[in-house]
Amino acid sequence: MLEGIGILSLTIWVPIVAGVLLLVLGSDDRRADGTRALALIGALLGFAVAIPLWTGFDKTTSAMQFVERTAWIPAFNIHYHLGVDGISMPFVLLNSFTTVLVVLAGWVVIREKVAQYMAAFLIQSGLLNGVFAALDGVLFYVFFEAMLIPLYLIIGVWGGPNRVYAAIKFFLYTLLGSLLMLVAVLYLYFESGGSFDILAWHRLPLSMAAQVLLFVAFFFAFAVKVPMWPVHTWLPDAHTEAPTGGSVVLAAITLKVGAYGFVRFVLPIVPDAAHELAWLMVTLSLVAIVYIGLVALVQSDMKRLIAYSSIAHMGFVTLGFFIFNPLGIEGGLVQMVSHGFVSGALFLCVGVLYDRLHSRQIADYGGVVNTMPKFAAFMMLFAMANAGLPGTSGFIGEFMVILGTVEVNFWWALAAGLTLIFGAAYTLWMYKRVIFGPVANPQVAALKDIDGREFLILALLAVCVLALGVYPLPLTEVMHASVNHLLEHVSHSKLVY
Amino acid sequence: MGMDMKTLYLIVPLAPLAGAIIAGLFGRTIGRAGAHTVTIAGVATAFIASILIFQDVLAGNTFNGPVYTWLTSGDLRLEIGFLIDPLTALMMLVVTFVSLCVHVYTIGYMADDPGYQRFFSYIALFTFAMLMLVMSNNFLQLFFGWEAVGLVSYLLIGFWYTRESAIYANLKAFLVNRVGDLGFLLGIGLIWVHFGTLDYAEVFQKAPQLAQQSISLIQGHPWELMTVVCILLFIGAMGKSAQFPLHVWLPDSMEGPTPISALIHAATMVTAGIFMVARMSPLFELSDTALSFVLVIGAITALFMGFLGMVQNDIKRVVAYSTLSQLGYMTVALGVSAYSVAIFHLMTHAFFKALLFLAAGSVIIGMHHDQDIRNMGGLRKYMPITWLTLLIGSLALIGTPGLSGFFSKDSIILATYAADLPGAGFAAFAVTAGVFVTAFYSFRMYFLVFHGPERFRNAHVGHDQEGGKDDDAHHGRHHGGHSPPRESPWVVTVPLILLAIPSIYAGWAYIEPMLFGGFFGAAIFVNHAAHPAMQHLAEHFHGAGAMVLHGLVSLPFWLAVAGVATAWYLYLVRRDLPEKIRRKAGILYTILERKYGFDAFNDWFFAGGARLLGGRLWRWGDVFAIDGVLVNGTARAVGRLAAVVRSLQTGYIYHYAFAMIIGVALLVTWFVD
Repeated sequence: MLEGIGILSLTIWVPIVAGVLLLVLGSDDRRADGTRALALIGALLGFAVAIPLWTGFDKTTSAMQFVERTAWIPAFNIHYHLGVDGISMPFVLLNSFTTVLVVLAGWVVIREKVAQYMAAFLIQSGLLNGVFAALDGVLFYVFFEAMLIPLYLIIGVWGGPNRVYAAIKFFLYTLLGSLLMLVAVLYLYFESGGSFDILAWHRLPLSMAAQVLLFVAFFFAFAVKVPMWPVHTWLPDAHTEAPTGGSVVLAAITLKVGAYGFVRFVLPIVPDAAHELAWLMVTLSLVAIVYIGLVALVQSDMKRLIAYSSIAHMGFVTLGFFIFNPLGIEGGLVQMVSHGFVSGALFLCVGVLYDRLHSRQIADYGGVVNTMPKFAAFMMLFAMANAGLPGTSGFIGEFMVILGTVEVNFWWALAAGLTLIFGAAYTLWMYKRVIFGPVANPQVAALKDIDGREFLILALLAVCVLALGVYPLPLTEVMHASVNHLLEHVSHSKLVY
Repeated sequence: MGMDMKTLYLIVPLAPLAGAIIAGLFGRTIGRAGAHTVTIAGVATAFIASILIFQDVLAGNTFNGPVYTWLTSGDLRLEIGFLIDPLTALMMLVVTFVSLCVHVYTIGYMADDPGYQRFFSYIALFTFAMLMLVMSNNFLQLFFGWEAVGLVSYLLIGFWYTRESAIYANLKAFLVNRVGDLGFLLGIGLIWVHFGTLDYAEVFQKAPQLAQQSISLIQGHPWELMTVVCILLFIGAMGKSAQFPLHVWLPDSMEGPTPISALIHAATMVTAGIFMVARMSPLFELSDTALSFVLVIGAITALFMGFLGMVQNDIKRVVAYSTLSQLGYMTVALGVSAYSVAIFHLMTHAFFKALLFLAAGSVIIGMHHDQDIRNMGGLRKYMPITWLTLLIGSLALIGTPGLSGFFSKDSIILATYAADLPGAGFAAFAVTAGVFVTAFYSFRMYFLVFHGPERFRNAHVGHDQEGGKDDDAHHGRHHGGHSPPRESPWVVTVPLILLAIPSIYAGWAYIEPMLFGGFFGAAIFVNHAAHPAMQHLAEHFHGAGAMVLHGLVSLPFWLAVAGVATAWYLYLVRRDLPEKIRRKAGILYTILERKYGFDAFNDWFFAGGARLLGGRLWRWGDVFAIDGVLVNGTARAVGRLAAVVRSLQTGYIYHYAFAMIIGVALLVTWFVD
């Protein structure tokens, strides 16, 4: 039946079709259980069809794999062109896996408009896979913009009291970046003689002036998504207002789109500008790590704290990308995957608490371990991963990037390394105030420990965090060929005078 | 080297890990007996395997090889692997032996604790991590073990997690250690950059070629590469081994249950830094500056932390400051290139200090979890085994000729006299004066606990104040006046006896092979021409018996006697004097009582400063400048623009159309040139 449809198409369209089916069939909340089951089947199917990407992946080549290419709008030479390499493939898997978790996470918590909620996540999952797989500029742009619609809805419909402000803030930030990127895409189209092929753009010679302008345009589009300091302030608001599932997807996947944009567009398309402006990127990354680390320390809202922690951790990603060595880039990519697990898990942990006490304030908790020991153990693991403890996934990316940075500049590495102290300080201080101590109030005394469903979600993530931490080789092996090719490519100037 | 030895190596760390996982995940199912059985079985297996490996190493078989590849990236290849040589084998033996004693002891000490299974899981996990650290053949795994023991230390200091003081102490311990770890990590980074590998053997092999290399971290100020690398690595050791000024976490770590104070915060984990520097001797030997730095830091720690031990009233804190001081002694030994002496003292200290802590724990059990030595006295006749073993431990600690501590400590003092690095004079003074201080605080505690009037009979003075950090809340006991203490059960006293035996004989028996018999072989490297301390020691060593005889007429011995006598006079004969001295000493006493003000300063400057800075950055940077001015300002501007547009047009369609027109205009401008 599926002959002729590529694996990548399946990873995109299976969840989207499942989402549309949900919208059509499950609008009645009285039959919510059936709706949830259908959503889970859709998410599991979506993950299942992505698995061949891993098992069938050829680690020896840097070329695009699982390529699909058909004309879409021939008049403008726009193609439905998909393919993944060692850089993008892990994110398709991460996204498809995360979708299963968020469906489970919303299982009992969401009681109104269940079908719409689940559909939004499934459709968003398909669109995100599209972002990571698209090799056509217009196709990428369409997925890139379209993925935001479900996110707006998730925050706007199922979000907290201040959701309108958060949504508008996000919209304003994104609008600016998107418009500039559209301009850049069109410029590249004309400059390349009428091609939207991203890989062709990689080979396109460009003058320094053009490169710098393109850099600026892409920078605004991607830096907002990462987010980099100082265009980060939408993230804490979006996170605090989003429902748990929204926060998980936002942290685990959506932020990665920005970072992915830098490796897929900025580095290969404008390598000379990237070298020229690397100081700026490094500075902004270090500011994110140090400044945001300090800001995270004083947050009183758990989600806001984890949001700030996300920004600091993503600072390692952009730092790694712009020091131009294998450790930096692979470290940044590993950090992206790890951050997907760890921050997703931490937002789920806050969700577990929020579902019970309806508060995100650290001060409303204290001594949770007394009533929720299993939960406390899981959260300890994820907190330690967030603090970059060896043996967890959180260590590897930071370690690689710091090693790579020492090679370039010792003082940058020292500044980045401060995260060892800050990351531990804000994470463990929060953990101390929320989890340790005597039972703080009657609400905490009445808490029930996690149930089977919550246990399953957290256990799955715990396995991922530990497996990646103890044996990261399989992941980095997948990246080697593509990263080496990228570095080789970036080291050649494409200036024309 | 057959396959069978490699399997044996794997069994050593994995057996305790298996115990930890079973006790941790299935603690409720297997119950208390199940938890201690499975973890003790794991550690006992590791101990037996360590004995076999030790014998194999003595027979001349060493091993250096990978277990599996952890990660590759570019030219970097990171592996999990083992280096089994005499240094490693000795550490494995010490770690598994003390750990086994502590496991058995815990059955008695934690008998009433609801977190029994969790505790066994943690200490078995610690044993795994510590073994991974000492068995590593590369810097990555070293760092892995380094952080993992830190994690377990964190979990165990905060074991009684409802106590505010415990969860403050564990956070503090973790963060202070992270400061050291930052230095350590940067040192590892520089090694990777300049050596191109993180494998010990390859690094040591390349080190001599890089001895003269300099790096300019600050433009125009070239520093010796080796000096920078070694000092950065040593900063890591300063955190883990609690050297001044990163020592502040260790006294507070006494908030954890006593068995872990013995295992982690005396015998093993805190000596990881000492072990690491000894392991890195081929690097440290290349930088006199780094060695001087090590020497001075160690000397400061040895003497000034000893002073603080003199004014403590919590029995565990006395032992904790003693540990700090002794770690300082080991560090001094490292600084004068007497690495084998440092490891020798590490070993004897592991025995007698674990003994002292466990004996102190036994006293605490007898005192119904009151830890204030002012409430004790005359316990000798109630707890004879505890009394005798604690006395043995104290005598070993103060360097009584013939006991283990004498051989190791006197060797450190003699080695320091023979050194001629900058700072050696100060170090020689510090380690000599430290002998008096050690003897004084040790026997102050001893006399207050075991001799004199039985103060536990009349209520408890100052029970809930600074001294007695009571954990009775966790043991569900309440006590008005104390009933007479009783000797602890056999699971407590047997480990005491087991540890007392090596505390007596280990020095006598092992000084000759370990220091002068080439036991360490190639594991420790000393440039004898530049750093003659060890040669000097060897020239003056004529057997353990002669050393004892010579010890009886040397200055340190009489300083120790003077320390004991002073303590005896002040705390048994003229018991009114300490209070008078305390009043006379005034500011001096206050300085000691406030621990030189480090805690207050750190709380104010680092913790408070970071929060203040974070708060300012957040409110002024994020909330005011970025959100207030830029984002909301733009929003307002767009709003005003929209209002203008709306007044000209009507509805949103035009809004979008307007945007499109501007967009097209921009594009046209762009391309028409």
